[in-house]
Amino acid sequence: MSTATVAIAAPAPTARAQTTPWRAFKDILVITERNLIALTRIPEALFFSSVQPVMFVLLFRYVFGGAIRVKGIPGGYVNFLMPGVFVQTVVFGAVSTAIGLAEDLQKGIIERFRSLPMARSAVLAGRTLADLARNVGVVAIITAVGYAVGFRIESVLGFFAGIGLLLLFAYALSWGFAVIGLSAANSETAQVMSFPILFPLTFAAGTFVPVSSMPGWLQGFATYQPVSEAVAAARSLMVGGPGPAANHVLATLLWVVGILVVLVPVAVWKYRTRA
Amino acid sequence: MVHAIEAHDLVKVFKGGITALDGVSLAVESGTVFGLLGPNGAGKTTAVRILTTILRPDSGSATVLGHDVVRESSLVRASIGLAGQYAAVDENLTGRENVRLIGQLTHLSRKVANQRADDLLERFELTDAANRAVKTYSGGMRRRLDLAAALVDRPPVLFLDEPTTGLDPYSRMALWAVIEELTEAGATVLLTTQYLEEADRLADRLVVVDHGRVIAEGTSAELKANLGATVLDMDMGDVERARQAAGILSELARRFQREPVLQGTVVELALDGGARMVTEALVLLDEAGLVPATLAMREPSLDDVFLALTGHGVTEAEASAEMATQAKGRR
Repeated sequence: MSTATVAIAAPAPTARAQTTPWRAFKDILVITERNLIALTRIPEALFFSSVQPVMFVLLFRYVFGGAIRVKGIPGGYVNFLMPGVFVQTVVFGAVSTAIGLAEDLQKGIIERFRSLPMARSAVLAGRTLADLARNVGVVAIITAVGYAVGFRIESVLGFFAGIGLLLLFAYALSWGFAVIGLSAANSETAQVMSFPILFPLTFAAGTFVPVSSMPGWLQGFATYQPVSEAVAAARSLMVGGPGPAANHVLATLLWVVGILVVLVPVAVWKYRTRA
Repeated sequence: MVHAIEAHDLVKVFKGGITALDGVSLAVESGTVFGLLGPNGAGKTTAVRILTTILRPDSGSATVLGHDVVRESSLVRASIGLAGQYAAVDENLTGRENVRLIGQLTHLSRKVANQRADDLLERFELTDAANRAVKTYSGGMRRRLDLAAALVDRPPVLFLDEPTTGLDPYSRMALWAVIEELTEAGATVLLTTQYLEEADRLADRLVVVDHGRVIAEGTSAELKANLGATVLDMDMGDVERARQAAGILSELARRFQREPVLQGTVVELALDGGARMVTEALVLLDEAGLVPATLAMREPSLDDVFLALTGHGVTEAEASAEMATQAKGRR
């Protein structure tokens, strides 16, 4: 080590202990920045998280799509499909919250954060916000791919309203996956724990096929579960059908509020008590 | 006397009934280095995690600079630095970004955090690697970076959990120099270690912990006077002869309130009486017709310290550490 004389320790005042809302906000920004830097260091991660939805677009557009009949959608199946793919993409993207937190726990980084005079909420808020930003990036890629395969929106305003709603919905789900990430022993377990929740939510829904084509016993769940509501809301906003958007938008917003009210405290409690 | 760190009867039992701490008390004088010596699983890390507010004790209390680690945890967190044996640095960030991150989270401005990061990276010879992602760093570099991050807000109290475990001798010496420098600058350092040599070199006072209990405490010299005699290893060739030899040497050892230790075919005798004891022992054995196949002298190891204090070696404690780790379900 060098002989450079650098002050390396002197008793410091302890006035920096107070957590004010302003400091909590700055802590959240610092953690968000840290997570986003990590994202830019592994650009292939963003690429690969776009590969799967792109495959779904191609699979359903050109392989299964011809066999699926949809009613009341201007522009036909591709316009039915794309809002569903957007939802699937952001919902799957929320899993990265679970994986990221489990990894930080596993590597002892959260342990260190817990010894710092930072806001307790910053680790979770910074993680979910960074995952939200990541979702924005993936959604942009999927929009381009959708346009290339014939997806046409009804109005720009409706499209952005739909995307905004989906990102909000995914942000709420991130807190649910935060609970999973904080409960898992490692990132692999977090991933394995997430999929049994993701699959019924994403596929037992009007994401890729009309709910009316499902058996009667499944239709009830598939109509009212949160992902279905988000899909229906996005579809109405983006391509103008079937039916009016207002009810689905309201239902989606209620789910967002409900999920946040229940799962934010659970996630924070998990974070505080995780030994 | 001002105590920077105090702990009273700390108890921590993990899920599954593993008692990590079973009533640990200690007091660390301000501006000194305090060593927590013990094998894996002795409870050292658990004690550090409680003192750094990461973990709550089941019972007992502790203060850092007079602040209670449970009730005034935010005051404690503002005055401590922690470097862990697992080198908790972010692999995707560069070295500089890692130090800056911790600096900003201790509420230094970005500018000051950057400035301190540069100074510390230079101090720890990481300037060349400062803008490289940590995943390209060697183990020793990560350890140095971890310590640099712990120092970024110049905390008056530092916790170093096995700072040199797994380091090469050069890095270990360099780290020792830094720790000595820190205390000269007025910092209080609590470090845990498995190495008697390290505790001896650095710690003004130390406690030996085992199975969550303090089994000895004092200055290094005091402890060595109690435990640290040079050991004579005599390989008798077979177990039966070794047993006979141990019986013969027993009287000699008892003069210093000890017993010879039997390890397979080897008899170990602590030479509290100095080198003259070697002659005495060999004469006694010769009279009984027992000549050792090989002889070796060695300085006491941590294993000897444990044997003398607890009657069991380090290995046994490590086995129970493994159980505790499994019960915790991580790492």
